[in-house]
Amino acid sequence: MTRFILRRILQTLLVLLVMSFVIYSLIGLMPGDPIDIMVASNPNIAPEVAATLRKLYGLDQPLILRYWRWLSAALSGDLGYSRTHSQPVLTILLPALWQTCKLLISSFTISVILSFALGIAAARKPGGWIDGLISLGAFAGISVPVFWLALMMILVFAVELHWFPASGIANVGDGSFRDQFVHLVMPVTTLALATTGGFTRFVRASMIEVLRLDLVRTARAKGASETRVVLIHAFRNALIPVVTVMALSFGVLFNGALLTETMFAQPGMGKMIYDAILGNDFNLALSGLLFATLVTLLSNLAADLAYGWLDPRIALQ
Amino acid sequence: MSELVALDAVSVHFPAGGGGWFGGPKRVLRAAERVTFSIERGETLALVGESGSGKSTLGNVVAGLQVPTEGTMRFHNRPMDKDTWKAARRAIQIVFQDPFGALDPRMPVSAIIAEPLLIQGSTSAAGRRERAADLIEQVGLPRDALNRYPHEFSGGQRQRIAIARALAPRPELIVADEPLSALDVSIQSQVLNLMKELQEQHGLSYLFISHDLAVVNHLVDRVAVLYLGRLVEIGGREDLFAHPSHPYTQALLNSVPRIGHKRARGQTIKGEMPSPLNPPPGCVFHPRCPKAADICRTEVPALLPTGRGGHDAACHFRE
Amino acid sequence: MSRTEVAVSPGRLRWRRFLRHRAGVSSLAVLAALILFALSAFVMRRFGFDPDATDLFARFDPPSRLHWLGTDEAGRDELIRLMVGGQMSLLVGLLATCIGGVVGLIIGVCAGYFGGRLDAVLMRFTDGMIALPLLPLLIVLGAVDLTKLGFSREFAHSGAAGFWRIIVIIAIVDWTAIARLVRAATIAIKERDFVRAARASGAGPAYVMVSHVLPNVATPIIVAFTLTVGRVILFESVLSFLGFGIVPPTPSWGNMLNNAQELVTSAPALAIYPGLLIFVTVIAVNFLGDGLQHAFDPRSER
Repeated sequence: MTRFILRRILQTLLVLLVMSFVIYSLIGLMPGDPIDIMVASNPNIAPEVAATLRKLYGLDQPLILRYWRWLSAALSGDLGYSRTHSQPVLTILLPALWQTCKLLISSFTISVILSFALGIAAARKPGGWIDGLISLGAFAGISVPVFWLALMMILVFAVELHWFPASGIANVGDGSFRDQFVHLVMPVTTLALATTGGFTRFVRASMIEVLRLDLVRTARAKGASETRVVLIHAFRNALIPVVTVMALSFGVLFNGALLTETMFAQPGMGKMIYDAILGNDFNLALSGLLFATLVTLLSNLAADLAYGWLDPRIALQ
Repeated sequence: MSELVALDAVSVHFPAGGGGWFGGPKRVLRAAERVTFSIERGETLALVGESGSGKSTLGNVVAGLQVPTEGTMRFHNRPMDKDTWKAARRAIQIVFQDPFGALDPRMPVSAIIAEPLLIQGSTSAAGRRERAADLIEQVGLPRDALNRYPHEFSGGQRQRIAIARALAPRPELIVADEPLSALDVSIQSQVLNLMKELQEQHGLSYLFISHDLAVVNHLVDRVAVLYLGRLVEIGGREDLFAHPSHPYTQALLNSVPRIGHKRARGQTIKGEMPSPLNPPPGCVFHPRCPKAADICRTEVPALLPTGRGGHDAACHFRE
Repeated sequence: MSRTEVAVSPGRLRWRRFLRHRAGVSSLAVLAALILFALSAFVMRRFGFDPDATDLFARFDPPSRLHWLGTDEAGRDELIRLMVGGQMSLLVGLLATCIGGVVGLIIGVCAGYFGGRLDAVLMRFTDGMIALPLLPLLIVLGAVDLTKLGFSREFAHSGAAGFWRIIVIIAIVDWTAIARLVRAATIAIKERDFVRAARASGAGPAYVMVSHVLPNVATPIIVAFTLTVGRVILFESVLSFLGFGIVPPTPSWGNMLNNAQELVTSAPALAIYPGLLIFVTVIAVNFLGDGLQHAFDPRSER
């Protein structure tokens, strides 16, 4: 088991390293470089000065060298300065990460609870009208463009009904818990609606599979009540694959978070990365992308370990 | 008679996990260990053993599906390698156990039968169609079967199609890997008779792999008995059945129910076959052998003549 | 005689199973209608409708006899723009899926057939792809400056570059699902006896892949392709919406929502139509995929 954990952690680190290089190279391919931007904002800088600056910052060096320099700095905790915010990257990154975590965790919790309830209800009678209705809803959840769903939420609940604010995380001068909560309702609901669809389909499929197994037939034969059969015997066995898939869907969830944050103007990781890319804020974009990757990889690692722990057969391999 | 194909001290080992960065010690599955036998022209040799005895692995070696880890295979007295195999592919064909997996469900029967010719690339499309029509009748199926798909046929009919495919390139040897064990008993004898007829018509040799000694009795000339990847006894059918020399062969024969014989004539086998990942030292059969002595635990018995012509056994106490 | 002798062909059996899947059948009809809708732009042009003709005196016009769905923020006819935008979105969906699908198919078959190193590398790679937060990466790819990759300035800023860029981006990230699927199917098929029989007759890898593997993995691939088209259309809409996809003035359902955020108060209809079309298209594609899956997989019951 220790060997299994060790190997997975090493693999995670390796993926992270590879990804950091890929992202670093891609960021380098974005339009302009820091000196171009400096020149654009201050036309007094002569071309010779720009060239000297370029040399000073090492921008004329080959990619590998620049990457290596960035990597050693990053490993010692120096992620550089954000151009647009004029602050160290970490100072901006950490609050944004916290904001995204609030959004992710609350919508994840809601969609897990919802999808279990709906998935089990649908699986009890596959092909029945309840199943049909839930499946239709689940397909709608998978198929809806998240940003458009957010738009429609704004249209209905903010513009037409004035129930919730359309954007931001708190009103100026307020910021009480109630105020923050009200601001979170629509983003969380949007993201939860979009993720519940896929989860529900998976819970349903997994439950149907398990309900066919002999262990469930045995339980029925023993005279266990239908509720008991479904909730105790079947659900417990359906849980393992479901939990894994849910934990593995963190990357997908992050995509949704990026869109919801952008639509509802929430200062989280997603919006930060998006703004950083739009604003040519290389350091911030790079670190933001890497943090997002790291969080996803860690959740996958956790899923793997949980799977190995729940199902002893896995660790043996 | 002259030698058609021969295995000379052939071993097949498979890596069985382990190795790599964190994998621990490498493990090796010894599917076949220094097996030597030959098949004459027009002869049928049975390869008999329990599941896991390595008989299918050896069948794969003879059919060119498995490269031996050690040892050589000879065909027409030429040692086989990549180049010589190319020419020999036509002459050695294989028929499998499971008639449902052996035919591509997406191909019409005519294409299945003519496939070896297509792969060999020596026959025109018209020639292939003609040959397929010819063969389908030889194996006792109606001509209109050619345009149908495998799922429309029963197990026995599919096995006939598989045999037709094997016959297509006019082979000299057919490796039949348990061709009957997936079939109903009534169908078994039909297919067996078909194979016999075809052998007489075309002068074929068979390597007939089976776990069923009763079936073997009807078709084969000689029998080779495998245990845990080792050849433990080989001899003419009648001689071997009448005077089994190796305790394992004796036990195998005792487990065959026969009309007119009392059930237990001697020892039957106790226990289970050990894992080929970790074979016992000395004679591999000693943990289950009623005659096992100290020498059996330390020394590997060689395959030696029993004194009756062409009948060898690998036992320190061969009879 | 056994039951199999009176059996119908697998194709007809599947068609019958598909027809029993009501959602799948109606999706097929909906998709056909959507394609017809997108293609009718060609007819509309004949009658003088132009997706690019602006009319600053007719901004945000409500539906009228001249403009059946009204006009947008530049006074362009919304209906014809939805039709042309549909062509873009559907074309990107199909093309990106096909390119990514062919790449995934080739890599998956090779990895499954040859195994070993190639297979290990591929699987690590797809594992990584599945684990990553894709959207931020797609945005970075969308922001890549094509001149830095050696393309000419004119090309880098043309509409065609935007079109091909989004197709390539999506194909790059979306081949892995198909590759995984094909790999698994290939591994299952290459050990089947009919493949071994072909190899015993001297068949090489190329023959086995083309004659045996591909025909036998066709059905799961069709299902996966269908589902991928839906996902790709969603990706396209997101990227175009964020400004990294199809470049205006060429309309796509995604970039027609570009300004929708500001418009949602003043002209909500403009924010509703394109999104609704994306939604209906993707849901129809997903139901179609479900129907096909049902038709192909005899185990699935409904």
